[in-house]
Amino acid sequence: MEKLLKIDRRILFVLVALAVTIPLLFRFKMPVPPTRHVKSMYNKIDSLSEDSHVLISFDYDPSSKEELQPMAHALLHHCFKKNIKVIGMTLYPAGTGLAEKAIKEIGKEYGKKSGKDYVFLGFKAGSSLVIMNMGEDIYTAFQEDFYGKKTVGMQALKGVRSLRDIDYAVNLTASGIYEAWIVYGKEKYNFDLGVGCTAVMGPEMYPFIQSSQLTGFMGGLKGAAEYETLVGHKDRASAGMAPQSVVHVLVVCFILFGNFIYFASGRKK
Amino acid sequence: MNFLKRTVPMIIAFVMGVLMAFQYYVPHEASQNLLKVVTRWGMIISGFAMFIGAYSLFHMHWNRIKHKVSGWGYSIFMFFGAGIAIISGLYNGGELFWNDKQSGTMFDWIFDYVQVPAGATIFSILAFFMASAAYRTFRARNKEATILLISAIIVMLGRVPVGTMISQYIPIAADWIMTVPNLAAKRAILIGVSIGVIATSIKIIFGIEKAYLGGGD
Amino acid sequence: MHKTLSTFILSILILSYTPTAFAVEGNRLFVPKDFQAFDTPNDSGKSITLRWPSSPSESDDVEYVVYMSTTIKGPFETEALRIRSNTRYEEGSNYSYHLIDIEPDKLFNKKSSDKDVKTTYFFKLVMMSNLTTRTVKKIASATPEGNWFNWSRSNNFIIMIIFSVLILCCINHAKRVPGLFIRKIKGLDAIDDALGRATEMGKPALFVHGLNDMDSISTIAAINILGRIALRVAEYDTPLKVSNIYPIVLTVSQEVVKEAYLEAGRPDAYVEDNVFLAASEQFPYVVALSGIMTREKPAANFFVGYFYAESLILSETGAATGAIQIAATDAFTQLPFFITTCDYTLMGEELYAASAYLSREPLLLGSLRAQDIAKEIIISVIVFGALLATCGIDWISFIFKPG
Repeated sequence: MEKLLKIDRRILFVLVALAVTIPLLFRFKMPVPPTRHVKSMYNKIDSLSEDSHVLISFDYDPSSKEELQPMAHALLHHCFKKNIKVIGMTLYPAGTGLAEKAIKEIGKEYGKKSGKDYVFLGFKAGSSLVIMNMGEDIYTAFQEDFYGKKTVGMQALKGVRSLRDIDYAVNLTASGIYEAWIVYGKEKYNFDLGVGCTAVMGPEMYPFIQSSQLTGFMGGLKGAAEYETLVGHKDRASAGMAPQSVVHVLVVCFILFGNFIYFASGRKK
Repeated sequence: MNFLKRTVPMIIAFVMGVLMAFQYYVPHEASQNLLKVVTRWGMIISGFAMFIGAYSLFHMHWNRIKHKVSGWGYSIFMFFGAGIAIISGLYNGGELFWNDKQSGTMFDWIFDYVQVPAGATIFSILAFFMASAAYRTFRARNKEATILLISAIIVMLGRVPVGTMISQYIPIAADWIMTVPNLAAKRAILIGVSIGVIATSIKIIFGIEKAYLGGGD
Repeated sequence: MHKTLSTFILSILILSYTPTAFAVEGNRLFVPKDFQAFDTPNDSGKSITLRWPSSPSESDDVEYVVYMSTTIKGPFETEALRIRSNTRYEEGSNYSYHLIDIEPDKLFNKKSSDKDVKTTYFFKLVMMSNLTTRTVKKIASATPEGNWFNWSRSNNFIIMIIFSVLILCCINHAKRVPGLFIRKIKGLDAIDDALGRATEMGKPALFVHGLNDMDSISTIAAINILGRIALRVAEYDTPLKVSNIYPIVLTVSQEVVKEAYLEAGRPDAYVEDNVFLAASEQFPYVVALSGIMTREKPAANFFVGYFYAESLILSETGAATGAIQIAATDAFTQLPFFITTCDYTLMGEELYAASAYLSREPLLLGSLRAQDIAKEIIISVIVFGALLATCGIDWISFIFKPG
C-alpha cells in the first residue's frame, strides 16, 4: 500500500499526458457559461461606439502563448467586429511577434488596415516608465509604429494624445506588469482597465476587481473560452476546455486516491 | 572612493526618493516635466543595461567553453542559437536591419516554430509538476488541511466546465471561496507587504538601509 | 370605469413629462438654465471643467455642443466638445448635472512659445437636435492654471507623513534603547545552516532572483538579503552563484557581491561570472536554472523576490537535486508551491524584515516596530470602519478615498 504513495512521478506524468491527449483526439464539446468578470469586460467593449480606441498591451512571451493568445484573438474579433480602433503594443521584447501576428491576422479577416483601423506600436523597453511616458504623450513614447511609420497624424490614433484619451485598455499578461498598468497607468491617467492573465495569476486579480481598479479579468484558457462564447467565435480556447476539464478531474482523483492510501496505511508520514 | 561608492549614491537616493514621493502630490506642469525627464532617463538606462546583460551572458558562456567547465557543450549551443537569431534578425529577409521589418523572414520562422513551442513546452511542465506535487503532498493530516483540501477540490472543479456539469452550485461555491476567504487572507498579506514596502522605501531614502549598496554597514 | 379613466389620465400626464416626450414635442428644446466654466482643480494647468444642469429635453437624439473662443465676442467656431445629451453626468449628482474636463490648449494647438502665457477661454453651450438648435445665453469663461498641491490626495499625503514620522521615531527610539525583541524566523536562521552545508560539501550556493525588475521593492529587498548572504559566503569561502533576469538587477547584484567580498577581505575570491544573466525571459530563465541545478547540484538554493508560474518548476527541480531550499516571496499565489517544495519559506512581509533580522542592527529593527504599530492602527481602523458601516455610517470611507 505504502509503495503506492512513493510511486515514480513519471507514472503520474504519463497519466497527465494521456488525460490531455485523449480528449484532444476524441473531441467532445463542453458548455462554457461566461462568468461575471469576463462578462463585464465584454460589456465594456460592447458599449463602446464605432471609432473608439481600445489599447491592448500584449505583455507576454511565447511560453504563455497558449493561454493568452486566444484571449488576444477573442478581444480583437470583438473590437474589429464593432469597428473599434485597436492600439496594440508590448512591453515584452518576445511579445512583439505574437502581438503582430494576432493583430495582422484578425485584422485581415475583417479587412482592417494598419495605420487606419489599427496601429501596432511594437516594443519599448522600460516597463512602468513607458506607461508613464504614454500617460503624458503617446507620440513621444512611440514616435514610430512597429513598421517604422510616424505615429503623429496616424488615422488610427486620431483623437488620442495620451492614455487619458483611451476608451478602454486591456493588459494581457503573464507577469506582474498589470500592477504597473494599475498604479502608473489607470490610477494616474484615469482610464478603464481590464486584464487577461494566466490561470495561476487569476486569484491576484480579485482585490483589484473589488476596489474597481479593474473592470474585469479573464483568467487562463477558461477566461478566453468564455470570451469566445460571448463574441460568438469559438476557437482554440473553447477546444481546450475538454482536456483541461479531464486533467482537473484527474488531479482531484490523484488527491483523493493519495488520501485514501494515506488513511488506509495508518496515516504514516 | 568611499565617498563615490557610498555617500554619492545615498545622496542621489535621498534626493530622488523625496522628489519622486512629493511629485505624486504636485500636479503642476513643472512636476509633470520632472516625471517625464526622470522616466526618460530610466528608459535610456534600461536600454543600455540590455548591452550589459548580453555582455554578461556571452562572457560567462565564453569562459565556460574556454575552461571546459562541465556541460560546456551547452554553451556552444547558446552561441549557436543566439548567433542564428541575431544574424537572421539583422538580415531581415534580405532587406537588412536598417530597413523596416519584413514579414515571413527566417527570424519569424525561428520565433514561430522554435521559440513559441519551446516556451509552451516548458510552461506545460507545470501541469505535470502540479499533479505530482498534489498527489505526494496534499494530505488531510488535520482539520485545517482537510478544509484546505475540500476547498481546493471545489475550486479545481469550479474552474472548468465539468464543474458546471456536475452541479451548477460548484462554480458559485468556487467563486465564493475565491472572493471571500481567499481574498480576506490575500488582503491581510497585501497590507503587511505594503507596510513592509513603505518601511523599506523610507529606510533606503533616509540611508538607514545600505545593504543594497554592497558590503556591510 | 372610474379607475380606468383615472389611469388613462395619469398615464398621459406621466408620458408628457418624460424626457423623450420633451425631445420630440414640437421643435422645442429646453436648454439648461446655467452654464459654468472653471479651472479644473488639482491639475497641471491644462484643463478647464465645464458644468451645467441637466435639461428635461435630454435624449439619444439630442446633442450638447460646446464652442470656444479666446475673446468674449467670438467668433465661436472651434468645437470643444460634442456629446450625446444623456451622457457624461457628474458623479454623485444623480443625473442632475453634467461635468466634463477639456484641454483647450490642445484644441487651439497653442504654440510652445506661447505656453507660459495664460489665456482666458470663453465657452458657448448649444443644444442640438435634428429639428432645432438652441443656445444657452450665458457665455462662461475660465483660465486654466496649474496647482502646486493635489488636495484630493491630501488624505494619502497625511497618512504618508504620519507613517514616515512613525518609522523615524521608532528608529530613533531603537537607537537609544537597543535590544528590541524580534520573533524567531526559522527560514532566516536556516541560512547559516544552508551555507555551512554548502561549505562542508564543497558545493556552490545558488541565489535566484525573482522576476521583477529593480523598480520593484521586492527586488530591492532581495538585493538586501543578497548583500547579507554574500558577506557570510565570502567569510565561509563558498562559491555563490547569483542568477538574474534583468540587466539592471544583474549590475546591482554584481556590485553588491563584489563589495561583500571586499569587505570580508577576500576580493580575489570574487568571480564576476558567478553573478550572471541566465536569460531575459521567464521560461528560458527556468530552463537555464534547472540546467544549473541538475548539472552543478548546488547544496543550497535561495529563491528570493517576486515569482510567478516558474516557482514550482524551479523549486521542484531543486528539491529533486537534494538541495536545502529557502524561499522568500511576497507573491502570495506562489506561496503554496514554495511551502510544498522548499525547506523554509519566508512569507510576505518577512521578506522585508529579513535584512533587519540578519543584521540585528538596532536602526533597522526599529522600523519593524513601526510596521507593527502601523498594522495595529490599520486593524483598528478596519474594525471600527466595519462597525460603523454596519450601523449605516460610512463617512470613514471618505478618509481613505483614493485621489
